[in-house]
Amino acid sequence: MIDLQKYLGLLALLAMMAALYAIFVLAPVELTMGIVQKIFYFHVASAWVGFLAIYLVCFCSLRFLRKRDRQWDVRAASAAEVGAVFLTLNLVSGPIWAKPVWGIWWTWDARLTTTFVLWLIYMGYLMLRRLVESPEQRARLSAVVSIFGAVNALVVYMANRWWRTQHPQPVIAGGEDSGLHPDMWLALSVTLLALALLFFCLWKMGCDLERSRESVESLRRIAQRHLREVR
Amino acid sequence: MKFWSQTAAILMKDILTEYRTRDVLTSMLLFGLLVILMFHFAFESDLEGIRKFGPGLLWMTFIFAGLLGMNRSFAGEKENDALEGLMLSPVSWSSIYLGKMLANLLFLLLAEAIILCLFSFLFNYGIWPRIGWMAAITFLGTLGFASVGTLLAAVSANTRMSEVMLPVLLVPLVLPVILSAVLATAANFAQPPEEQVMFFWIPVLAAYDIIFVTLSLMTFDYVLEK
Repeated sequence: MIDLQKYLGLLALLAMMAALYAIFVLAPVELTMGIVQKIFYFHVASAWVGFLAIYLVCFCSLRFLRKRDRQWDVRAASAAEVGAVFLTLNLVSGPIWAKPVWGIWWTWDARLTTTFVLWLIYMGYLMLRRLVESPEQRARLSAVVSIFGAVNALVVYMANRWWRTQHPQPVIAGGEDSGLHPDMWLALSVTLLALALLFFCLWKMGCDLERSRESVESLRRIAQRHLREVR
Repeated sequence: MKFWSQTAAILMKDILTEYRTRDVLTSMLLFGLLVILMFHFAFESDLEGIRKFGPGLLWMTFIFAGLLGMNRSFAGEKENDALEGLMLSPVSWSSIYLGKMLANLLFLLLAEAIILCLFSFLFNYGIWPRIGWMAAITFLGTLGFASVGTLLAAVSANTRMSEVMLPVLLVPLVLPVILSAVLATAANFAQPPEEQVMFFWIPVLAAYDIIFVTLSLMTFDYVLEK
């Protein structure tokens, strides 16, 4: 039997090595920003993975509502947890890059705001899961919230774009508009692949963890019932 | 036809409960006043400051007061298992949602109308020449807020610490509505009014309302189901 998790983990490790090589050796140092621009690869790739994860959560939730199979709820929950981690990575790496380049840690620019709002949606979703007692109800309620979250991620993104087009501001962009150097593209793609593999590996682990958590929960319930009967 | 009379019945039930207790409106208004008072201390409430921050402050007051009111909307039903009774009664669940949503919308609009008058009175904020458009913006913004809010109030009523859960879930989700409403309000009250900007945001608000009301109607059955 193939241990999927082990293979995914190994692949992620290899891809991560390749990504580090591509970032630090292959890709040229950016002209104006210098070495700090290297953060770009992980920063952007983690944002993409984090954003796509909410759609994965929504997809799994829709499957759950249709099939009523608890496995889909477990998948949704764990995808949300891992997605939130990736988005947090993005939100942490952003200011580290922004401070030396823009001179500020944070600006209420469209993209930053969007990411922040999506992160809050993730947190709300995860908090909701902790605060509903019955597993069946938890699955249903969080599925509904995740559908709203996914629709909203798109809407907030658009709203922010319109907002900025209405009130143009001197946006302090990173200067990538002119397109990437081919080697930079390569490094970004490899990093994206590495992070995606890592995501799937963690997702798989999260699902297993969630499953054992649930079986512990039900075992505990059975044990309590027995204990009551004995008394 | 039957659907609408059922919706109206649910709406009337909520209005009657509110008329007898006056819990929700009183608490929303008092809370709104408190927020206004705090804003006065937080920002210098001179004309310049109010012109700049007014629209945002106004909507923040609406949102905070609204959160307070909507928290009650399903929490009250949970007491004495009234919700079970509603679910067992021969009405479609969509009309339960719609009736409660309309009730929330009505209470929110009433509270907002009073808060708006107080705001104008206390901060010498000239709203009257542009009141028609303000009413339209307030209606559309509140509709979006109440539609998702009612659904999420039903969600959070099933959790421990439901008072905390509602704002945590609701505010990020209705952010596009709040954003468009604030920008439309600011354009409406600008000197001179920026009609073009306002007419950009009003259809956007209406579009959000359509999306959110439809989505809530589609998902509400899943929230109630036992």
